[in-house]
Amino acid sequence: MTEAPILEVRDLAKHYGARLGCTDISFDLWPGEVLAVVGESGSGKTTLLNCLSTRLTADSGSVVYAMRDGSRRDLTTMMEAERRFLMRTDWGFVHQNPADGLRMGVSAGANVGERLMAIGDRHYGRIRDTALDWLSRVEIAADRIDDGPRAFSGGMRQRLQIARNLVTAPRLVFMDEPTGGLDVSVQARLLDLMRSLVRDLGLSVIIVTHDLAVARLLSHRMMVMKDGRVIEEGLTDRVLDDPREPYTQLLVSSIPQA
Amino acid sequence: MNAVTYNFAYLDEQTKRMIRRAILKAIAIPGYQVPFAAREMPMPYGWGTGGVQVTAAVIGPKDVLKVIDQGTDDTTNAVSIRAFFRKVAGVATTTHTAEATVIQTRHRIPEHPLKEGQILVYQVPIPEPLRFLEPRETETRVMHGLEDYGLMHVKLYEDIAHHGRIATAYAYPVKIAGRYVMDPSPIPKFDNPKMTMSPALQLFGAGREKRIYAVPPYTDVKSLDFEDHPFEVQTFSEPCALCGARNVYLDEVVLDDRGGRMFVCSDTDNCESRRDETGAQS
Repeated sequence: MTEAPILEVRDLAKHYGARLGCTDISFDLWPGEVLAVVGESGSGKTTLLNCLSTRLTADSGSVVYAMRDGSRRDLTTMMEAERRFLMRTDWGFVHQNPADGLRMGVSAGANVGERLMAIGDRHYGRIRDTALDWLSRVEIAADRIDDGPRAFSGGMRQRLQIARNLVTAPRLVFMDEPTGGLDVSVQARLLDLMRSLVRDLGLSVIIVTHDLAVARLLSHRMMVMKDGRVIEEGLTDRVLDDPREPYTQLLVSSIPQA
Repeated sequence: MNAVTYNFAYLDEQTKRMIRRAILKAIAIPGYQVPFAAREMPMPYGWGTGGVQVTAAVIGPKDVLKVIDQGTDDTTNAVSIRAFFRKVAGVATTTHTAEATVIQTRHRIPEHPLKEGQILVYQVPIPEPLRFLEPRETETRVMHGLEDYGLMHVKLYEDIAHHGRIATAYAYPVKIAGRYVMDPSPIPKFDNPKMTMSPALQLFGAGREKRIYAVPPYTDVKSLDFEDHPFEVQTFSEPCALCGARNVYLDEVVLDDRGGRMFVCSDTDNCESRRDETGAQS
């Protein structure tokens, strides 16, 4: 592992009016590390993810990101132009519902190529070759490149969404329940694919899930959230095999076999 | 009983000032869509209410007005708008491009080269080039602000993927002075090259959408494309069947129900002048 964390979060808080979104969130994410955020619905997982990825503005706290050039920047004070540039180059965001992350009206090739065009690639042949390469990496047949996502199954859409995010070789990927709504066999293939991509590309990942099996398969480290706060944090195996907090024990015991 | 009288050019002076302020801002920021408080005009939306308001704001008593619709001076839209300004502004009208000082147009740029001092006013149905890619106006405004135009190329990419070439034939997106991406209104892409470095001032008015934008004289206008699929205009294998002109935009005219058809100049003024010249020579 390299010297500095890629993301340093300190005292992050977000309220929706009087209602609590999340609060007192502090952690470091290291390069190449996969961090799972687990907890039941309404525990603030998605709020946290949206604050980190600057899709939401946090009320207080800081999120320091290690840029590609080595400088360290606070995302909460960054200009929107720069944030958008980060989001389409250095970051990926995989939504639970692929329709939120894909452009449903355009072909698979255009979906994968959009980020390349957004950062100034103006060579059709090159964009198409890159798109073909990425489609094969996520196991989508080359002859589907001109089909729209509407003609794809749920699992294919999710893989397409992953390809679209990874095409610019991001360093940090946010995932919000990426396996939600998929049947078990499709989930297994998707998890397998995600695991090999994360390993091959050395990605840092923050994955939000309520599925402890997904967390166990993918993540190195885990944070358990309840009522907007992190109540337990540690290595995934440690948290799942030896949960300390009563709530975590309940969570772990609620799945048939972890 | 007295006939109803109008202020010069129909609009009241305050409205004209408001529109002129929008026009000045549009000229200062080439390609940027300036909002303005478009008025109800005595014609339906879609008939050129935006163009008419811009024309009304810039026209003076000594101006000579030409109005074209799809290149012709004699279709309903062109005839009515010309008659409108003859009535409410008492200005001289013409069909000759070279004689006009203000030219209001729908869907064409005249073939006769424009010169300094002329104003070309476009009627615009949908001013937002990103509209069909990103329906949220709040989002497209941010995209313009941040020069986030990757999406425009997604559309061109789709064209090539499905048709093997850029199939967009009209309202072909352009980049103005290296900054704003603009919809040149539904002119054929054949006319796009005429926009760049034009000595004439080009004003665009969208009445229903309440937007004005402009391309000042001698401004760079670049049609978007890919390195390996460069921008190109339509070509016609036959010359105009009436005047024999080549390198002009042609309309297809169906002659009968047995497949008979001819291709003639879309710009009627250009076609007629050419025929007059050759007629005079022979």
